[in-house]
Amino acid sequence: MDLKIVHFYHSPYFFYLDKVFMKKVKSSKGQIRAESLFKRTLVAIGVSMIVLVFCLMLTLIIESVPSMKSLGLKYLWGKTWDPVNNVYGALPFLLGTILTSFLALIISIPFSFAIAIYLGEYNPKGWLSNFLKNTVELIAAVPSVIYGFWGLLVLVPLVRTMEMKLGILPYGIGIFTASLILAVMIIPYAASLGREMIRLVPSPLKEGAYSLGATRYEVIKNVILPYTKSGLFAGILLSLGRALGETMAVTMVIGNTSIIPTNIFSPGNTMASVIANEFTEADHTVYLSALIELGLVLFVVTVIINMIGKGIIKKFTNE
Amino acid sequence: MHFFRNLKRNIATFVLAVTALTGLQMKTFAQDDKTLLGAGSSFINPLFSKMFAEYNAKTGIMVNYQSIGSGGGILQLTNKTVDFGASDGPLNEEQAAKFGVPVLHITQASGAVVVTYNLPGDNNNISLTPSIIADIFLGKITTWNDPKIISINKGVNIPGLPILVAHRSDGSGTTNIFTNYLSKVSPDWKTKVGSGGAVNWPTGLGGKGNEGVAGLVKQTPGAIGYVELIYALQNKMDYAKIQNKKGKFIVPSIASVTAAGNVTLPEDSKIFITDTDAPDGYPIAGFTWALIYKEQNYNGRSLDHAQKLLKLLWWNIHEGQVFTVPLNYAPLSKEALKVAEKILKSATYNGKAIL
Repeated sequence: MDLKIVHFYHSPYFFYLDKVFMKKVKSSKGQIRAESLFKRTLVAIGVSMIVLVFCLMLTLIIESVPSMKSLGLKYLWGKTWDPVNNVYGALPFLLGTILTSFLALIISIPFSFAIAIYLGEYNPKGWLSNFLKNTVELIAAVPSVIYGFWGLLVLVPLVRTMEMKLGILPYGIGIFTASLILAVMIIPYAASLGREMIRLVPSPLKEGAYSLGATRYEVIKNVILPYTKSGLFAGILLSLGRALGETMAVTMVIGNTSIIPTNIFSPGNTMASVIANEFTEADHTVYLSALIELGLVLFVVTVIINMIGKGIIKKFTNE
Repeated sequence: MHFFRNLKRNIATFVLAVTALTGLQMKTFAQDDKTLLGAGSSFINPLFSKMFAEYNAKTGIMVNYQSIGSGGGILQLTNKTVDFGASDGPLNEEQAAKFGVPVLHITQASGAVVVTYNLPGDNNNISLTPSIIADIFLGKITTWNDPKIISINKGVNIPGLPILVAHRSDGSGTTNIFTNYLSKVSPDWKTKVGSGGAVNWPTGLGGKGNEGVAGLVKQTPGAIGYVELIYALQNKMDYAKIQNKKGKFIVPSIASVTAAGNVTLPEDSKIFITDTDAPDGYPIAGFTWALIYKEQNYNGRSLDHAQKLLKLLWWNIHEGQVFTVPLNYAPLSKEALKVAEKILKSATYNGKAIL
């Protein structure tokens, strides 16, 4: 033991290390300063994000005051949106937003999960996998106004033909069409996150299941999905957030009426779409303020849904 | 990772972009002697672009007009960031109160709103009366072969399609003129809906912009909607003849729109010329106004600057009018021109007339 140490002390390697450390000690003061500066920068940028979100909310609240004063809580369950008589009720738009977003989510989940499982488990490498992965990611990169045009020119006539066969008023435009468009737009979010999660499943787990005689389907069902469920759910949450706020594509195909939707084929409107449509020409104070309050409601709805989602993810992870 | 590897370059690009943008901003707001600033109505933007380009070639004065919508233009003028605003509707009480000082409305040109529809077959000239239009948009008439429509369109083959109403979903001057007209001709509309840039529609679907409404109408057999005359002319859409106050059925055209404004106007010209008394006038027409402060000495503006602004507006309503017809705008009528001249002459600098 002793001999070894002596040997090490006299080795050329030791002298090399010694040189490096001496150099480091000399510059240590500057290093410490740089370290703390770096840390402080990180904290400052992090905190500024929190401040930004709170300022955003504060602005929304302050600007909504005239509308809150004149309409009170009735704003939330009022059914009429009448800029001429200054009566504003957000209920039709609240329903429209929630209905389109959740319908879109239900439509998109089979697709995004199938893509995630195929790319994560069945075919993680190779040109087909890459091609599919890039195509799905491209879906997220296409500007929403293009989806709107595509919806208006292709999807609306298709839905209209379907509605004629079903014997419903053949508008072609409405909540169902908007949900279809939204579903396509949100697939990549859940699919990409799901794929990453599935690839992170430790192979000993999978190999263990295979060695016990499980089939591929059984491994996916009993090992991969339970292991990744919190991640998959986070992907769904991400998709939902996107669906709640989407404006342009929705406003082009939803029909923009402030009448409460009676079924999924009836025309409606969403909060984001109303704001985008009416904000620039809102010509009196209460009107403008009512639109900003709509933004506040959308903000709060998003926060609530996110909090519920986080709660569910936490529950999944603890199990 | 890729982003961080190129961090330095990214930062450099960002800084460059910011500098360029700020430079641009500063240039826009610089109050030099040869630049006039305006903002507002997007309806009149094509006409203004042409007029101001010609004016620049002739006098060397640059006019920078931002087409941000009437509401935005009024706001910019309230904040005194532009020399003039442009609006498709006169100031409402709340907007006028915010100004606190008199604002002049100078008519620039007229536009009209046409009722467009989609009926299969050769039906490109149906006639409508004010009460039929109001009943359709109120949701009272729901099929095309309603006896009221049939009775004034004898000899026209009108199918028994259900009617789908298409309206604007965005706040707009077009909606303002159209609902103002409906309020004038239908007491029922006035009490149930009223008039404004955006209203609570009793029935129908909303489309964003003229193109949104036109899209809905083109795609749906049996649809009816309203768009700007210019848009309908450029896109060769079918539109209805409409019965005016004197009982004549009028085809919307540049001549019939100009005629609609050839009536005795109030001294401030703040009037919707819908449901006009003129015998040959198309009933759903309206002015677009330029808005300026009556007292031009504010914010340290020079007399020279005020003179340049008034000369420009004077040119707009005289020589500038030749550019209206080629761009499908209706030029000002004689009556409208007379009133606009008088209003321009009432502008002051330190209480003294400028022109």
